[in-house]
Amino acid sequence: MAQPADVRYSKEHEWVKVDGDTATIGITDYAQNSLGDIVYVELPKVGSQVEKSASVGVVESVKAVSDLFTPVGGQVIEVNAELDGDPALVNREPFGSGWMFKLKLNGTDQTDGLLSADEYAELTQE
Amino acid sequence: MYTPHTEKDVKEMLAAIGVPSLERLVEVPEPVRLRERLDIVPALSEAGIVSRFEHFAKKNTGASYVSFLGAGAYRHYVPPAIGALAMRGEFLTAYTPYQAEVSQGYLQAIYEWQTYICLLTGLDIANASVYDGATALAEAAIMALNANGRKRVLVSHAIHPMYRSVLKTYCDGLDISIEELPITDEGVTDFNELRERLQSKQYACLAVQSPNFFGNIDTPDDTAARVCRETGTVLIGVVAEALSLAALTPPAQWGAEIVAGEAQSFGVPVAYGGPYVGFIAANKDHLRRIPGRLVGKTVDVHGNEAFVLTLQAREQHIRRERATSNICTNQAHCALIATMYLELLGKTGLHDVASANLERSRQLATRVSSLKGCSLEFAAPFFNEIVVNVHRPASPVLAQLQQRGVLGGVDLGRYYPEYSDCILMAATELTTSRDIEVLCSALEDALRVTSVEKAENDTVSV
Repeated sequence: MAQPADVRYSKEHEWVKVDGDTATIGITDYAQNSLGDIVYVELPKVGSQVEKSASVGVVESVKAVSDLFTPVGGQVIEVNAELDGDPALVNREPFGSGWMFKLKLNGTDQTDGLLSADEYAELTQE
Repeated sequence: MYTPHTEKDVKEMLAAIGVPSLERLVEVPEPVRLRERLDIVPALSEAGIVSRFEHFAKKNTGASYVSFLGAGAYRHYVPPAIGALAMRGEFLTAYTPYQAEVSQGYLQAIYEWQTYICLLTGLDIANASVYDGATALAEAAIMALNANGRKRVLVSHAIHPMYRSVLKTYCDGLDISIEELPITDEGVTDFNELRERLQSKQYACLAVQSPNFFGNIDTPDDTAARVCRETGTVLIGVVAEALSLAALTPPAQWGAEIVAGEAQSFGVPVAYGGPYVGFIAANKDHLRRIPGRLVGKTVDVHGNEAFVLTLQAREQHIRRERATSNICTNQAHCALIATMYLELLGKTGLHDVASANLERSRQLATRVSSLKGCSLEFAAPFFNEIVVNVHRPASPVLAQLQQRGVLGGVDLGRYYPEYSDCILMAATELTTSRDIEVLCSALEDALRVTSVEKAENDTVSV
């Protein structure tokens, strides 16, 4: 399964890409594959403050509804509006156009404790 | 298939909890064990039981009274076809058959029920029903709380008191405060301070009932509805008398985003304690927050129309504690009855019944208010229920009426102490001119008797 090396991973199967003080967050290829056809994504409100590891939304597939956790904390600055009309983007390009939301990070050491691509690959092979 | 525990299973479980035998597990301790035989009447024969219960049934004389009771439970004519159809064995099952492969008929009926509720309320979606109108209001409030994450609920003081009570019970375990909007002298919700209160953007929703508990048409005006929209407050319409939907502006048109109501009026007879049948309708924005079952229309592999449960991923058997609601149970059989009722009457038939209610209740209002010592408490337009002020405590007046074979209505003071001189009276298409004359004559007598008692009491107290 595709596992980009330039992002960090959470045990809850989210990925986060940090660029300066901005973080982009989505769910992994493994997560979208386990969920199946995604039909709806509920994202946090732009402007809201979210704590690291908090439940900030839901991802609904034809067979399950899962909570969406944020691997890092901060203020929501943008959500992927494309997902409203085409939630299957998450299935097609989980690390690309299927991204979910962007945060302005609260601190700099937020990615501590998150996994590297190799570590995540190990986790999902268990 | 039923798989009983094997002897080995039982032994393992007992060992795990450290009990030597099943007998020891359920043993009643010696000191509290009952020695003598239970003091109950000897068993009766089948014929004996029938006779005994016939005797009990004869004590139930409700049907012989002329009744003006309403307050959330309405007497309406039930076409006999409903009894014949709804009692068929295919429908009388304790467990609602949802399995699409074998239950297309029932699923189609639920889909039609949802469609009717959408047509009547003017909203986009409706669920397969909930327990009753009170539960519907509580679930609607929770939809709003989940929609905007706020912690305060604002409700009109003119909402059915039992509905407000159930709402309170629901919110008890959550960190939610319930506040009320007062009522005006006209017996409708006072929206004067609405803008001021909602400006804080702290209220998840505003719930208003129309017709309200007093029978008055009580819809928020355009300004109030706009304030709700502008402040992100979900406007919830509550309907305790579903028949009124056939005569009044659909709640969606006055701005309701969610409608919670009770459909007992559609073919479900009044009975002590129910069953009732609640409904919830909402606009598309709330699609994923509406609780309970939803039936959707689709096509099968051959392209034929088919009905299935849909959006089930939100429900408790999948989402567990994070489900939209932990009551997926609904009143499928009562909803089926209501669907049959609406289908038998049709649009014009339903409209005719609603018109008859308007007519009979106006006749009641005119006649009763012409009596000496009686007046209408409110001047607001009403559907089929009115509040009559008898200018003395209502409770003894109602007792006198009952002695004269008339159930005159509900003592409003039971729920609103400030209106203890008032009676809430309902008139439906079943209320005849003769019923109204019987009431008026009994009421004149009752007022004479109670005014004499009052005078005597006054003398004593002086």
